[in-house]
Amino acid sequence: MESWRRNPLVFWVTGLPPTAWLLLFFLVPLALVWVLSFAELRGVVEMEVTGTFANYVRALDPLYLQIFGKSFVFAGLTTLVSLVFGFPVALAIVFAPRRWRAVLLLLVILPFWTNLLIRTYALIAVLRTRGFVNFTLEWFWEKANAVLSLLGLGSFQLLGERFEPLELLYNNTAVVIGLVYVHLPFMVLPLYASLEKLDRSLIEAALDLGASQFRAFATVVVPLALPGIISGAILVFIPALGSFLTPDLLGGTDSQMIANVIERQFKSANDWPFGSALSFLLMYLTFGALALRALYTRRTAGQGRA
Amino acid sequence: MSTEQEVGETPVGETPIIEIAGLSKHYGSVTAVDDVDLTIRRGEFFALLGPSGCGKTTLLRMLAGLELPTAGTIRIDGQDMSAVPANRRPVNMVFQSYAVFPHMTVRDNVAYGLKVDGVPRQEAYRRAEEALELVKLGGYGPRRPDQLSGGQRQRVALARALVKRPKVLLLDEPLSALDAKLREQMRFELVNLQESVGITFVVVTHDQDEALSMASRIAVMDHGRVQQTAPPAELYEFPRTKFVADFIGSVNLIEGTVEASDDGLVRLSAPALQVPVEIEQASGLPAGSTGWLALRPEKVDISREPPDDAGRNTVAGTVEEITYLGDVSIFHVRLTADQPLIKVTIANLDRVTRRPFTWGDRVHLSWAPTCGVVLAQ
Repeated sequence: MESWRRNPLVFWVTGLPPTAWLLLFFLVPLALVWVLSFAELRGVVEMEVTGTFANYVRALDPLYLQIFGKSFVFAGLTTLVSLVFGFPVALAIVFAPRRWRAVLLLLVILPFWTNLLIRTYALIAVLRTRGFVNFTLEWFWEKANAVLSLLGLGSFQLLGERFEPLELLYNNTAVVIGLVYVHLPFMVLPLYASLEKLDRSLIEAALDLGASQFRAFATVVVPLALPGIISGAILVFIPALGSFLTPDLLGGTDSQMIANVIERQFKSANDWPFGSALSFLLMYLTFGALALRALYTRRTAGQGRA
Repeated sequence: MSTEQEVGETPVGETPIIEIAGLSKHYGSVTAVDDVDLTIRRGEFFALLGPSGCGKTTLLRMLAGLELPTAGTIRIDGQDMSAVPANRRPVNMVFQSYAVFPHMTVRDNVAYGLKVDGVPRQEAYRRAEEALELVKLGGYGPRRPDQLSGGQRQRVALARALVKRPKVLLLDEPLSALDAKLREQMRFELVNLQESVGITFVVVTHDQDEALSMASRIAVMDHGRVQQTAPPAELYEFPRTKFVADFIGSVNLIEGTVEASDDGLVRLSAPALQVPVEIEQASGLPAGSTGWLALRPEKVDISREPPDDAGRNTVAGTVEEITYLGDVSIFHVRLTADQPLIKVTIANLDRVTRRPFTWGDRVHLSWAPTCGVVLAQ
C-alpha cells in the first residue's frame, strides 16, 4: 500500500466509503450516546443535555456496582473455562493428521452458521427440567432401579422414591454454560493459530532432555502459546462481559449482567441518559482491561530485548 | 574382515554401547527402516550416511525414543530400550533445527535438562556455564537465542545435550544449516569435542565428506537398509556394493562378466574395455557371473604411450571431455563406441597453461591390479 501516494484517486475511491460508513454508523451514534450520558430526563421521553454527572454517580451505586462485579465474574469464569476446554481442542487439531485439520476447524466454527437466538433456545431444550440432560439421567435412573429390583432390592428405594431432575436452567451456572458455548470458538481459533506455528522439535527436545509430558507442556508449549492465550482471552472476555441475550434467556432473577440493566434503561425504563452512562462505564472498564494487556506485552517485549 | 586391519583406523573401544537387532519402522505401506542390525562401540564417532529418505534420521529418532520401532530391539549399554520412553533414555539429541527454546536465555536452555532432573538451580547454572565454556560460548548465558547466530545456536544445543552427560550423543545433520567455511571448522571442533568428553557420538549426515572426515566408522544406508559398515578408508577403497561405491566419492562402474576367479585374482571382461582386466581381490566371484568393476578416477594413469609395466591393466581411448576444477582436471575418455566414458582425475601439479592432452588425443589408460574392486551387486 506504499503506492497510494502515487495513485490518490484509487485511494479515495476505495477508502472513502468505509470511512464514511464508520463515521456515520459508528462514531456519530457513539458520540450521541456519550452526549446523552450527560443529559437529564424531562418528563417521560424528553431529555435535556445539562452536562450533569448525576447519571454516572447513580451508576456507581452499590446495586449497579454489584452487577458490574457479577458481569466481570461471569466473563472471567467464561474465559477460564473456555481456556481449559479450548486448549486441548486446539492442541488436538494441531496434532491431527493434516487432511483432518480443515474439517476439525470447520466443526469448531460450525455453530456460527446458526443464529445465536436459535442456539440459545436449543440449549434451553437441553438443560430444562424436562430437557435432554434430565431425560438421559432419568433413563439411567430407571435402568438402575430395574437392576436393583432384579436383585430383590426394589422395595428399599435406594435411589429415592422417584427421579429428581437436576435444576440446570435459570441460574448462574446456566449463564456460564451458555457463555462458554457461545464463546469457545473465539478461544480455540487464536490458540490453534499460535500452536500451529510451534516447532514440534521444541517439544521433542524437552522430552529428550528428560522432561515429563506435563513438564514439557507447562514449560515449553504454554509459554510459547502465550500470545494465543492472551488473544483468545480478550476475544472471549470482552464480548462475554457485554452479553445480554444469554443471561436474559438462560439466567434466573439474580443472574442478570450489566448489559441486561442497560437494555432495560433503553427499553422498559425509558431512561436513556442513565443507560448511556452505564454503557460508557462498561466501555471504560473494557479499555482498562485492554490497557493492562498492552502494558503486559510491552513489559515482556522489553524483557526480550534486555 | 581382513581388509579392516590393512586400511582401517584403530577402533576406539571394543565393547558395544548400542546394539540394534532386526530393527524396522513402517509408516503404513512405506518402509523407512528395514531389518537393520548394527553395533556401535563405546566412545566412537559413528556416522549414519545416506541420501535423503534412506531412513537414517528415522533410525536416529528411534535411538532417541522419539519414534517407536515396528519390529526389532535397541539395547543401550546392555539395557533393552523397548519400554523406555524418550525422557528416560541415557541419550541426548542435537536437533537439525537445533530446537533451542526461544523463550529462555541461553543459560536456562542449557540448564533445562538438569533442572528437570531436580538439580538445584545454583548447581544447574554452574554446570551450564561449564558446558557453555566447553563449546566456546562462555559468558553467553544471559543472552537470548534470537541474539545468536546459527552457529552459536547450534553450540547452545550441543551444550544443552552434553551437560546431561549422556551415554550417547545423537546429532541430526549437525552441519547442514551452516555456511561452507563454518561447516569445515565445526567438523574439527566436533571431533575434538568428542575426544575431550569421551561420549559416543552418532551423527546422521547425507554429506560423504562430513562422514569421511569426522567418523571413526560409517554405516552407509539406502532404502532403509544398512549397505555397509566400515571405517572411512575401507568404505572408500573396498566398497561392498555398487551403491556404496557410487555414493562415496566418484567412481567408474563398468559392467562385465567374471571369466575366472582364483588365487586372489579376479579376471573380468567387459564390453566397455577392449581387453579383460585383472583385479587382486580376496573375495572371489563365481566364473560366468556378472560383475561390476568399481574404479576410482584418481587411481587411473593416463599417458600417450602404453606403459612398460606389463602387469598393469591397460586400455586405449580418445579424450572426449575435459573438466577443469582448479585442483584437479577430469578427463572423460571413450574406449569403445556406444559405451560409457571412463573418468580419469589428474592432479594439476603444475599451473595449467598447456594441457598435456587435449580433446581428440589418443591416450592409454592404465591401473595396477591392486586398484579397484569387482562387485557382485
